[in-house]
Amino acid sequence: MMNIVALINISFFQAALRMATPIAFASLGGMYNERAGVVNIGLEGIMLNSAFFAVYATYLTGSSFMGIIAGVASGLVLGAILAVLTVKYHGNQIVVGTGFNVFGLSFSAYMCQKIWGSRGASETIIGLEEKSIPILAKIPWIGPILNNQNVLVYLMILIFILSHILLYKTHWGLRLRAVGENPQAADTSGVNVYQYKYFYIILGCMVASLGGVFLSIGHLNFFAWGMTSGRGFIALAAMILGKWTPFGCLAASFLFGITDALQMRLQALGILPSQIILLLPYAITILVLAGFVGRSIAPSNYKPYVKQ
Amino acid sequence: MLKKTLNYLDRSSSILPELIAIALAFLISAIILLITGYQPIRAFAALFRGAFGSKFAVGQTLTQATPILFTSLSFLLAFRSGIFNIGIEGQFLIGAFAAAVVGSSITGLPPIIHVIISLALGGLFGALWGFIPALLKIFTGASEVITTMMMSYIASHLTSYLVNYRFKAPGWVAQTNPVQPSAILVKILPPTQLSVSFLISLGFSLLVFYFLFKTYLGYQVCAVGLNPTAAENRGISVHSRILMAFLLSAFVAGVGGAGEVLGVHGRFVEGFSPGYGWDGIAVSLVGRLHPFGCIIASILFGMLRAGGMSMTRSTKVPLDISLIIQSLVIILVAAPSFIKFVILRRKN
Repeated sequence: MMNIVALINISFFQAALRMATPIAFASLGGMYNERAGVVNIGLEGIMLNSAFFAVYATYLTGSSFMGIIAGVASGLVLGAILAVLTVKYHGNQIVVGTGFNVFGLSFSAYMCQKIWGSRGASETIIGLEEKSIPILAKIPWIGPILNNQNVLVYLMILIFILSHILLYKTHWGLRLRAVGENPQAADTSGVNVYQYKYFYIILGCMVASLGGVFLSIGHLNFFAWGMTSGRGFIALAAMILGKWTPFGCLAASFLFGITDALQMRLQALGILPSQIILLLPYAITILVLAGFVGRSIAPSNYKPYVKQ
Repeated sequence: MLKKTLNYLDRSSSILPELIAIALAFLISAIILLITGYQPIRAFAALFRGAFGSKFAVGQTLTQATPILFTSLSFLLAFRSGIFNIGIEGQFLIGAFAAAVVGSSITGLPPIIHVIISLALGGLFGALWGFIPALLKIFTGASEVITTMMMSYIASHLTSYLVNYRFKAPGWVAQTNPVQPSAILVKILPPTQLSVSFLISLGFSLLVFYFLFKTYLGYQVCAVGLNPTAAENRGISVHSRILMAFLLSAFVAGVGGAGEVLGVHGRFVEGFSPGYGWDGIAVSLVGRLHPFGCIIASILFGMLRAGGMSMTRSTKVPLDISLIIQSLVIILVAAPSFIKFVILRRKN
C-alpha cells in the first residue's frame, strides 16, 4: 500500500495528463460527430491513420508542424468520406466506422512497411518539444502538472474551452444541439441541417485525428503498428461517461488517463495484473450506460435526416 | 429447389451492388498498389493463385472462411431481430477460452462426447457473454452497440489475463494447455488446417436458414426486427424474441470460437483471432443478411486472408493490402445507395 501512495506525485499526474490527451481529443471529436447525428465507431482507425501521416510528414519535411497539418488533413479526408456516405447516401454508420477501423490498421501498416521496411514500427523522428510556460507554472496545485508539456496538450485544453463556449454560449452551438436533438424542428426554424451535419462530422474527425498525431509525434516519436491500442474505443466510453459535454469528456478522459498511468506504474511494480486495470474503463462505461452511475441520454437518435 | 434458393438469396433485384462494391474495392486497392510502386495485376493474380490455385490453397481459404462464417451468422441472427451485436469478437473469444479449458482439463471422455461438450460449453459461455448486454438492452434500454463493444474489450483483456496467469501452460508463450486428443476436431484435408469445424459451420448456416425462414419462432424474430410495434400489436412478445435472437447470436459466436480452438490451434493462444468477430459484420452485409449469402461472402473474405499470405511470399507486396481490400468492401457495402449512384451514372 505504501508503494502505491508513494507513486502518486507530480510526475504521475503529468503522465496522466499526457495519457489523457489522445483520449480527450478523440472523445471531443466523437462528441461533435454524435451531436451531428453520427455514431463514430471509427475513431480508432482515424487516429491510427493520422498517427501515421503525422510521422510520415515529419520524416519527409523534418518539421513536426507539417506533421500536425498532415495528420489533421488525413482526419479531414476520412471525415468527408464519413459525412458523404452517412448524410448523403444514408449509409450505415456502424458499418462505415468498422470499415474505418480495419482501414486505419491495414493502411498504416502497409505504408509503414513500404516506407520503412517493417510493418511493426517506423524510424524514430524528432517530435514535438516540451515547452515551459512560466505563467502556468505559477498556478497553485495544477501549475506544475500543466507546465512542461508539448504544444498539443496546451492546444487540447484550449480546444476544450473553445468547444464549451461554442456549444453553450453561441447561436451556432444552440443550432448544433438542435440539429442533434430534433432535426425537423431545426430545419423548420431555418437551420441548414445538412450543412451543420457535414461541418461537424468533418470537424469532429479532424479533432479526433489530433489524438493520433499526439500519440505518434507528441509521445513516442515514431509510428508503431496499432499504436492507438483501443484508445478510440476508450474515447467513446469517455464521451458517454462525460455525457456528451466538452468538460464532461475532459474529466472522463483525465480519469482514464489516470487509469492508464496507474496501469503502467503498477505493471512495473507487479502488484496487480495490467489486464485487470485495462478493462476497468470499459466496465465503468457499461455501468454508466446501464444507469447505475448516473443516467446518460444521447444527444441524437442517429437516424439519417430526410428533408420533408 | 434451386430457384427457391435463389429467390431467398435475392429478394429485391440482383447482387449487382455487392459485386460493384467488391470490384470498386479491388480498383481502389489497385490504385494504392500502383502509387506505391507495385504491379496490381501481378499481385492480384498471386492472391487468387494463393487462394484457389491448388488443393492446399483451397483448404487454407476454407480454413480462414470457417470462423468468419460463424461470426457472420452470429451477426445475422441478432440483426434480423433489429439488434446490432458489435461484440461478436468478445463472445467468440470467451467461447474459445471455455472450449480450451473444458477440452484440456476433462479427461477420459469418449471423443465424440468430449467434442460436443466442449463446443456446447463454448457456445453457452459465448451466450452468457451476450446475455449481459441483452438484459441491459431490455431492462435499461442501454444501447447494445456500445455495451457489446465494451464487453468485447473486457473479454479480450479478461482472456488475456486468464491465459497469462491462472490457465497458463508452462513456457514463455501465453497459451493454455493443449486440448486432449479426444476433444480435437478431425482435420479433413491434410496437410491444410481445414477441420470438421468447416462442416459444422455449413451445418449452422442450414440451421439458421431453417430457423429464420421455416419456423414460427424465426418468423416472429424477423417480424420484431422489421417492425417491433406491429409485432407487439400482433401479440408477439418483443422482448423475449430480442432476448432469444441475442442469445442465439452469441451462442453461434461462441461455437465459432470453440471450433477454432478445437479444430485449428488445439489450445487457446493469446491473440489468435485477427478480428474474426469484426469480419463477421461485413461478411453478413456482403452476404445480404442471408445464411447462404454468408457462405459465399465468408469464402470471399477467407480468400483475401489466405491468398494475401501467399501473395506476400511470392510478390513482396505487403500483406496488409488484403486487409485494405476488406476494409474498402466494408465501407462500400455500408452505403448501398452510393453504389446505386455509381451504377446509374455509368448508365447515363
